[in-house]
Amino acid sequence: MSEGRLTPPVSAVDHAAGPDNAPVTLVEYGDYECPHCGLAHPIVKATQQALGSQLRFVFRNFPLAEAHPHARLAAQAAEAAAAQGKFWEMHDMVFEHQDALEIEDLLGYAKSLGLDVAQIARDLEAGTYAKRVRDDFRNGVRSGVNGTPTFFVNGVRYEGSWANKESFMHALREAAGQAGRGTRPTAGANG
Amino acid sequence: MAESDLARRASTVLPPGTPAPDFALSSTPDQQLRLTDFRGRPVILVFYPADWSPVCGDQVALYNEILPEFREYGAEILGISVDSVWCHAAFARDRNLHFPLLSDFEPKGAVSRLYGAYRERDGFSERALFVLDKDGMIRWSYLSPVDVNPGADGILNALDSLAGKSAPAKSESSRADGAELRP
Repeated sequence: MSEGRLTPPVSAVDHAAGPDNAPVTLVEYGDYECPHCGLAHPIVKATQQALGSQLRFVFRNFPLAEAHPHARLAAQAAEAAAAQGKFWEMHDMVFEHQDALEIEDLLGYAKSLGLDVAQIARDLEAGTYAKRVRDDFRNGVRSGVNGTPTFFVNGVRYEGSWANKESFMHALREAAGQAGRGTRPTAGANG
Repeated sequence: MAESDLARRASTVLPPGTPAPDFALSSTPDQQLRLTDFRGRPVILVFYPADWSPVCGDQVALYNEILPEFREYGAEILGISVDSVWCHAAFARDRNLHFPLLSDFEPKGAVSRLYGAYRERDGFSERALFVLDKDGMIRWSYLSPVDVNPGADGILNALDSLAGKSAPAKSESSRADGAELRP
């Protein structure tokens, strides 16, 4: 349906792991309570490990909250952790505990990560990051995201399989090769 | 599925610029909805093959989640398949759906046929989308490959056009869009 272009492109407001000038930017639209996203999580980790500085990974929220009642709060908890500099730590924690996402669980994870738990509780209570999460979702819909996880490689929707780790890595390495052969990659150029 | 097969069938869904055929279908065992009841508002018609099948599940879950955005346009969304009202009721309850699912059950597929969105060979509806304006005119239509969730970006772009937010989707100019197929 969609032309499959990522809108808006990756920018400083995104949560990104890896160098800004990496030849490959992988964007995931994901839902913390989605079992498929849970399966994709270790695969993404493996690609990060394998590609090293060749890869920049960006995560955007796409909670299907009517189907996954804990997804939105979990996303807000990760955003609240980001405000304290520990987005990825909370992101990993939540994906590794998909079956325990009640508010007390989330606060427990915050505590174990050494975060200011009272602040996280206030953020969740007040919905401080609700809009941020919803904005991700809306942008995802406009980019043609139709379910989770949906990946974009260098701004173009990835239509291949992610469940097969080898073919996923192969696609990412191909993209890295193409970026290397083409114009010199610069920060955000592939957004 | 062969490209030519798809292209041939694509020409069958009613194109933009066509008045949407009226219909009355059951939404629950004791309630019927008539299309003309929604005059004055944009209407999104979502024809889909079957309750419970995985792609449909994702598609309705997505639209269910986007309801607040659709409502910002004042738009109503109606799902239509050949499943019975009891099947729809169970599916809607299971998925926590907040929009009506209509039962094109008897005569089977009659409304889907009116919109050119019926698969004779399979005996169920196509995966097809229509956006109607407040006067009941089709302003955008799209036939998706049956196993592909078409997402919602096309619907939102069509609603934008109706609301005058971007390039106007007069029936002539959007006809190409409506007929266009992207795998």
